[in-house]
Amino acid sequence: MRELSLNVMDVAQNSVRAEASLVTITVEESDKNDSLSISIEDNGCGMTEEQVSQVIDPFFTTRTTRKVGLGVPLFKLSAEQTGGSFEIRSKLGEGTVTTARYVKSHVDMTPLGDINSTVEILIRCNPQIDFVFTRTNDNGSFTLDTRELRAVLEGVSLDTPDVTEWIRQYLEEQTQILFGGA
Amino acid sequence: MKSLAELQAIRDKAKANLNLRKENPNAARVLVGMATCGIAAGARPVLNAFTEEIAKRGLQEDITVTQTGCIGICQYEPVVEVEIPGEEKVTYVKMTPEKVARVVNDHLVNRNVVTEYTIGANTK
Repeated sequence: MRELSLNVMDVAQNSVRAEASLVTITVEESDKNDSLSISIEDNGCGMTEEQVSQVIDPFFTTRTTRKVGLGVPLFKLSAEQTGGSFEIRSKLGEGTVTTARYVKSHVDMTPLGDINSTVEILIRCNPQIDFVFTRTNDNGSFTLDTRELRAVLEGVSLDTPDVTEWIRQYLEEQTQILFGGA
Repeated sequence: MKSLAELQAIRDKAKANLNLRKENPNAARVLVGMATCGIAAGARPVLNAFTEEIAKRGLQEDITVTQTGCIGICQYEPVVEVEIPGEEKVTYVKMTPEKVARVVNDHLVNRNVVTEYTIGANTK
């Protein structure tokens, strides 16, 4: 994957398929600590311990259309190749948390890329699911919580074009404020 | 600054248009393959290009763009399926953002399949 944001889009879809109603995506980075961490947490169907060990294996997939499952292995590799770490915690019936930690300055660090586009597409294509996206750096943080938007929207769907445009602009604005109007 | 007040205005406008927006049963569907294979091959810019082109033409009521999983032809990703009610599904392969405008114009608007982009024209 050229950008970590694409890994996020890929792995978040596992949450969608696990029938989650809430997916929390958190990106925390710190120049001070030379770290970036990405976590994707869902309240979907979860996995057994055995399944958790299987998803890290590229030759395991629950799909029937092909024989390999590279989503999780690629995400894991992206973290480990920077000297970081990767972890999946899951409980059957409760949900799954996937966390990748990176050493930012490592030569093999993949750029985060357009994470806002990932979040926007996930919301637009899965308007029935709630997403909470939080981005943090040394300056502070911002959060987009679709549950708050839903409360305002009173039944108007999150994939209404004007709403997705509002979300896109909101994310862009907040990112700019957080990173100092670069 | 984007505010929730602005979102309220969007809500009120959307509610006023509700009759217009009621699920269009004849809406065409554009399905972009967005599993690992599709994403790695560049499906995201293709999906964004469809969304933009359709918005530019004001066709959001008539065409929905959504993501789908892997249909097993990973070597042809990015794969896009176009479903128009009453017509046979068409599978476009090795899509790029540049090819999108033609698919929207020729196929979705004028109902002429862009044969050279389809899987049939690209398998050997």
